[in-house]
Amino acid sequence: MTDENFNKQYDLAPHSRGRRTKSIIFYLLLLTAIGVSFTGLLSLIIEISREGLPWLSWHFLTEFPSRFTEKAGMKSAIMGTVWVISFTALIIIPVGIGAAFYLEEYAKKNLLSKIIEINISNLAGVPSIVYGLLGLSVFVYYMGLGRSVLAGALTLSLLVLPIVIVVSREAIRTVPESHKQAAYALGANRFQVVYKIILPQAIPGIMTGTILALSRAIGEAAPMIAISALVYLTFVPTNPLDRFSVMPIQIFNWISRPQDEFRGLAAAGIIVLLITLIAMNALAIYIRNRTQTRSEE
Amino acid sequence: MPNNEAVLSVRDLSVYYGEFRAIKNISLSFQANKVTALIGPSGCGKSTLLRCLNRMNDLIPQAKVEGEVVYSQQDIYDPLVDPAQVRLHIGMVFQKPNPFPKSIFDNVAFGLKINGLTENIEDSVEKSLRSAALWDEVKDRLDESAMTLSGGQQQRLCIARTLAVEPEIILMDEPASALDPIGTLAIESLMRDLTERYTIVVVTHNMQQAARVSDETAFLMMDEDRAGYLVESGKTDNIFQNPQDERTEAYITGRFG
Ligand SMILES: Nc1ncnc2c1ncn2[C@@H]1O[C@H](COP(=O)(O)OP(=O)(O)O)[C@@H](O)[C@H]1O
Ligand SMILES: [Mg+2]
Repeated sequence: MTDENFNKQYDLAPHSRGRRTKSIIFYLLLLTAIGVSFTGLLSLIIEISREGLPWLSWHFLTEFPSRFTEKAGMKSAIMGTVWVISFTALIIIPVGIGAAFYLEEYAKKNLLSKIIEINISNLAGVPSIVYGLLGLSVFVYYMGLGRSVLAGALTLSLLVLPIVIVVSREAIRTVPESHKQAAYALGANRFQVVYKIILPQAIPGIMTGTILALSRAIGEAAPMIAISALVYLTFVPTNPLDRFSVMPIQIFNWISRPQDEFRGLAAAGIIVLLITLIAMNALAIYIRNRTQTRSEE
Repeated sequence: MPNNEAVLSVRDLSVYYGEFRAIKNISLSFQANKVTALIGPSGCGKSTLLRCLNRMNDLIPQAKVEGEVVYSQQDIYDPLVDPAQVRLHIGMVFQKPNPFPKSIFDNVAFGLKINGLTENIEDSVEKSLRSAALWDEVKDRLDESAMTLSGGQQQRLCIARTLAVEPEIILMDEPASALDPIGTLAIESLMRDLTERYTIVVVTHNMQQAARVSDETAFLMMDEDRAGYLVESGKTDNIFQNPQDERTEAYITGRFG
């Protein structure tokens, strides 16, 4: 290196002041946006907690709803949610995974599959009350299932299936082509490749998607009210054809009462629902992170 | 090279990807217990030809094959032939090592399990790993993930996995191109050892490698329409020392490609 070269000096400072100011402004805008949404959420949670926490007790979880606020609980709503969501899971897991595998591995890539594909993505944007009304006419009346757990689960399944299918397809697509080829080269048929190679690698992604879909289903009020009506049930379903209530219905029911104390009960119900949702989302994130670190090893 | 020892023969084979013809009118035979090298410039259709030999081209939706590939007196493209069965007899090792994200043991056992060959599975796995010259390195860690192996070890694992189902012919597409010199050497000497029991067809872009490992060589080139065709084939010594076609000579001496 010559001295001349060594003594060269380049201007390494940022080129224009204007660019820097712009980027600071942009940063501040983002910060404000986050601040506003976070404050909104936080004040909501504080308000709900203030109203609901005094009502929250073991008794609240294990008692049936009642005209007397101090006696009322959400047992039937919690158990109804457990019933409906269990049946929803039983429906969406096989149907969702089957549809995803069909579209990814079996369907010929033609116009028809393209149309199906676009429709599945669009279905996710249909307002949920539409599914409620569809379920009401098809499952409740036409198929004669009545306002039952099964009718509710079928309706919720229609509502969240697009989520499961889209997420499952993404999980299936992450399995490297080279693994499938290796299996085919060993004499595997298509079913064996799907079952032994793709499924094991795609399952964490599919599970994450399914949990997120179910957590969406748990929070749905409108279609459930359409199916079950705004009921006030003092029993727990014992079979899939029983009537049911779910947490959002119960909360809605309490909110619509004229008496002020029921607002507290509604707030307590919201807290229970929120905790359930946060727990499910945390589980989904946990599964995703655990498999991510494992595949990076 | 008409020869009654040919285990696999390609007759007037052309392959299309949609409208594009990738190889045209190739006829070629592969001798039992020999290594045949497919050489030629990049894009001339070596991989395409290789994939035809065990119907791996079936997995490419727009690929269309014309002509015959005769194995055990049948055209493997006959509608009555099950491609999965063909691949059991004619295995394949890929350019990039592609072990399954499973244990070392499960990688080798995979082909056995899906084909219901689960009797004495431990012995079969050991035998395959020994044949692939990998046993000593992995015998104490069979339960570990195959991903913990080095690239060269992974490629030998892929060879062991192929050997486990006891094919007659093994197709290898540039099996050492992703490996370092030591890994390459290990694969090359393994290929020589394997000819005792197997017939090998190997694609390589490395002339020295073709000269070192193969008994027979087939040289492919591209025409003006970019379709690959066979220029000449024969004993590797003849092709390298006394090529009949001047294009072969030009390629081998490195004047193009
Ligand atoms: N899946 C495919 N779809 C379309 N064209 C392909 C495909 N695979 C290979 N080709 C084309 O076929 C020709 C031969 O490719 P390939 O067999 O990979 O050559 P090589 O292995 O000799 O480099 C190339 O022009 C390549 O672009
Ligand atoms: Mg190639």
